[in-house]
Formats: sequence, C-alpha cells, structure tokens
Amino acid sequence: MGTRTIIPFGPQHPVLPEPIHIDLVVEDEKVVEAVPSIGFIHRGLERLVEKKDYIEYVYVAERICGICSFIHGQTYCQGVEEIMKIEVPTRAKYLRTIWGELSRIHSHLLWLGLMADAFGFESLFMHSWRVREQVLDLIEATTGGRVIFGSCKVGGTRRDIPAEQMSWLLAQLETVEKEMQLIVDVFMNDNSVKHRLCGVGVISKEDAISLGAVGPTLRGSGVADDMRLLKYAAFGNLDFQPISKTDGDSYSRCAVRCAELFQSVDLIRQAAAKMPEGEIAVKVTGNPDGEFFSRVEQPRGEVVYYIKGNGTKNLTRFRARTPTFANVPPLVKMLAGCELADVPVLVLTIDPCISCTER
Amino acid sequence: MAFFQMKKMILAWTFRTPVTTKYPFEPRKICPGSRGRLDIKISDCIFCTLCAKRCPTQALNVDRTNKKWHIDRLRCISCNCCVEVCPKKCLHLTGDHGIPTVTKDWETF
Amino acid sequence: MIEEQTIITVMPETLVAETRKMKEQGYRLVQICVTRLGEELQLDYTFDLNRKFVNFRFMQPKIGARVPSVSGIYWCAFTYENEISDLFGVQVDGNALDFKGNFYKTAMKHPFIQDAAPAPAAAPAKGGQ
Ligand code: SF4
Ligand code: SF4
Repeated sequence: MGTRTIIPFGPQHPVLPEPIHIDLVVEDEKVVEAVPSIGFIHRGLERLVEKKDYIEYVYVAERICGICSFIHGQTYCQGVEEIMKIEVPTRAKYLRTIWGELSRIHSHLLWLGLMADAFGFESLFMHSWRVREQVLDLIEATTGGRVIFGSCKVGGTRRDIPAEQMSWLLAQLETVEKEMQLIVDVFMNDNSVKHRLCGVGVISKEDAISLGAVGPTLRGSGVADDMRLLKYAAFGNLDFQPISKTDGDSYSRCAVRCAELFQSVDLIRQAAAKMPEGEIAVKVTGNPDGEFFSRVEQPRGEVVYYIKGNGTKNLTRFRARTPTFANVPPLVKMLAGCELADVPVLVLTIDPCISCTER
Repeated sequence: MAFFQMKKMILAWTFRTPVTTKYPFEPRKICPGSRGRLDIKISDCIFCTLCAKRCPTQALNVDRTNKKWHIDRLRCISCNCCVEVCPKKCLHLTGDHGIPTVTKDWETF
Repeated sequence: MIEEQTIITVMPETLVAETRKMKEQGYRLVQICVTRLGEELQLDYTFDLNRKFVNFRFMQPKIGARVPSVSGIYWCAFTYENEISDLFGVQVDGNALDFKGNFYKTAMKHPFIQDAAPAPAAAPAKGGQ
C-alpha cells in the first residue's frame, strides 16, 4: 500500500467554474476515496416565497438555474396549477413543450462543449458552442430572452409563436440538426474521444438505482426512466420513448445526451405539427391551497419541487431538489477507484450545475 | 476506429469567415422581439402607478402628485410585466440592452 | 392531474424498517424534505419506482427533532440528511457521512427554522429627488 495523499479539487478549478469542492484521497495515481462538499453559495431561495407572492415567484424560480431556466419556471407553474386546479390551454402546453425541448438542446450542446474542453479538445468545444449559439438565437427570437426565457407564467405562457415564425424555426432547426450531426459524429466515433470516455466511471444498473441517480446518469446505466413519461405538458400526445444505454460508463452517458439532441428536434417537429390554435393563457384568480410534488425532466435529470400553499398569496413552503443534488452520490461512487487524470471528466459526466443545487 | 474525425469540419472552417463579430466596434445584431431596455412614451403616461405595483423587482417608482416616472435600470430584469399591465400602452421594451454603467441611479422622466 | 401521489403516514420508529422494504422492492430514493408548519416540522421521504410515487410522512417538534438515519439503506441519503440537519436542525442519528453541520456554510445556524426577519421598512429607496 502506497502513501495516501489528499488532493483538493475545487472550489475553483479550471475545468468547472462552479463551487464544488472534493477531497480526493489518492494512492499513487489512483483515487481511493472522494469526499464532496458543497454549500459555498447557499442562496436560501426556498425561503424567498415568504416575501414574494406566488405569481411573482415564477421569476425567482426561473433564476434558480441559468441553463434549465425555462424548465424550472415550468415545473413551478405546473405545481401551482395542479394545486389550484387550473386547466392550461392546450396551445400553451405545446408551447411549453417546444421551449422546454429547445432548452434541452442548448443545454446538451453546452455540456458537449464543456466535455470536449475537459479532455482538451478545444476545437470541438468551440464548434459545439457555435451551434449552441444558433439555438440561443432561436430562443431569443421566440421568447425575447437568450438565457432567462421569461415566457412561462401561472396559467399558461406569455408569448405565442405565430405560424410564420414557427416555420422559420423549423427551417432553422433543420440546419442546426445537420451541424449537430457533424459534432455528434466526432463524439461518438473519434478514437481520441473514445479513449477518454469508454470504460471510465462505470455505474451498474443496481448502483444507479440505489444511489438515486437521475437523468442521463441513470439512463446511461440502462434504466429507461424519464419524467417526460408522466405525460405532463404535451408529452401525452407525442410519440416519445426514453433513450437508454446499457454500459454505464462515461461514453454511454455521452451517447444518451447526443441521442437526446436529435430526439428533442424530433419532439419539436411533432409538437409544431400537432399544435392547435387557441388561447395561450387563462386568467388566474384566488390563492393556492394544498400541496403537490411537481416533477419534470430537465436536461440534467428529474427535478422535484414540493409546493405547499395555505390559501394566502405567499406559499408556506417551496422546496426544490435539483438533479445535480441527486447526482452527487453517484459521482462520489464513480470517483472512488478512478485515475486522478480522469477526475475532471468524471465530474463533468454528471453535468453538474452546482449553483442550482445551492438554491 | 476513426482517427481525427474532425478534419473535414476543421478544413471547411479554415476557408469560411468567422461567426463571431468584433463586438464593441461592430454592434450586435438585434433580433426582433428581444426583451431589452425599458422605454416610456412619457407624453401618454397617466401616472396610474399600475406598472410600479406590478413590477416584481420594484424597479419603478411613479410619483402621482409631481407627475414623475422613475426607473432604476439596474434593478429592471426586462420581464415585460409592466408593459403588459400599462393601460395606456406607453411602455415597451426595446431590443437594445443599453450601455454599461458604474453608478446606480434612478432615471427620471 | 399529472400523477397519482401516495402519501403514507409512518412512525419515526418504523421509518427504517419501512424504508428497507422500499429498497427491497427496487424503489429509488427521490428526496427527503422538511417543511416547517408553525412549531412543527413535517418530514417527507419520497420514493419512486417506474414513476410510481410514494411518500412517507411524519411530524417532529421544531426544536429537538430527532430521526434515525436511512443512509445505511440508501447511502445517497447522506446529502439530504446533512441538508436537513444544517438547515432545520434535525438531529440525524447514524448518518453514513456526517458533515457535522458543515454541509452548508450559512451565516446563521439552522436558518430555515428561524422566524423571518421583519420586512425592511419601505422596500426600495425612492427614486428622483
Ligand atoms: S402603467 Fe403606464 S400609464 Fe400607468 S404609470 Fe405606468 S407607464 Fe404610466
Ligand atoms: S420590465 Fe419588469 S423588472 Fe423591468 S420595470 Fe418592467 S416590470 Fe419591472
């Protein structure tokens, strides 16, 4: 047995500009144990519901995370609507689906870029982000915001996508899809990429379930679980099957995300074709009284909101369990036994968003 | 086994113009419908204070007696709420995002 | 209605045994959540199996809440248990990876059971002079 050394990773680390700190106990080049610590920037947003009324809180919910902003807003709205028994117009449900999938595409492209950066493939990183920029332009044109969409509200959506804009969006998506294909080809087939990803950080199916993994981390281990199967928003009317890969290593987590890019494009096409005409929002009166656990699939996995209202305009309790929070234990398991040089890649394979974990 | 899968893409991009712009020297292309800086047509405003009441960040302050409308630009999150509630439709969000500033001032109309 | 949510009331004493049964059936631990209701805390342990939602619930007093740890069954519970002990002051017995109050670095101890500070006088500084 060699000497054991503790190497700190983070909270400032070049590969990940987010405040997670991991104490890596290493023996030669092998990591034996990893102890995570987060909580450097806890924002206490959960208690802000006591100051903001439930309609205004949508803006705060959207700002929990900068990448899945729209889906945070959507989860919150769906939870409140469920408590208040509001039936959202069908067109609004389709719009939410389309924007949700657009944000999934941009999030996954961002992740692919960061991943390429983590294993030192700079040109791949830049091309991923170049394509992501085109998706952000689509988002800006349809919602008015690039990162914070601000288009979801309790009772529906705040903007509509007119027919001509929709056909423009679909035409743009066509080119984006072609570009994505080129990038995904590199990720899936290039030898140097595979060398860094195949067989690294394997999580078995049983481990993934008992460690509470969510999202692509869970699906990469062969469990086809996806909250979109709950048929919220318009997913009940779309043809959707979750993607899963069975190897459980970094490569299969990457493959799940790559395949989801194209699945999202397909879902947007389906939604655009089936979207009915009509209202986009209903008027909301009264205050929420009741409780609901709202669950939605984000790019990083399942997010759970617990919303409890007491009949006043301020909620009693709002709790968000973000996907990264659930993916920290699987990460710790993955790190134990890996090579020190693989640590940045492994930290990135769960697609960490530490700032949204510190809501 | 595929080595250097990216060569086609990299070669193609060697002969294309860059997608980035020289930002401060070349203004950013603004997309229609983008939510940017809040603008008011003060001649239409009736100082009803609805916008200030509904603003989630309290960025607006409307003085009914002196007929003044104040905004703190750094608080405004360009959410479009005030635009939606204004009965006279005298507010709108322009596409541009304004220039950077170093002081936190209230702007008065 | 998006989904059916089963909420079962359990006793703190039987929590560990009930949780073990869930694990044997293949459930996944979704979250542990604490809600402050006046002078009481409501604890929720949420499980999921193929999108079947099951939630265990019990009450504890606000001061001196004490629960057994389930991290012996679901190791991943350590994050949630550290969270509830840091934010709500719930004492968790036998946590597999106990950070002893250092999981979240907060300015005050147990911020989520403190009463809200009185709202600052007139909210924003008035504009224009
Ligand atoms: S809501 Fe419109 S009319 Fe009323 S004070 Fe504001 S800007 Fe003026
Ligand atoms: S756009 Fe939103 S934040 Fe800005 S002044 Fe209007 S209501 Fe306030």
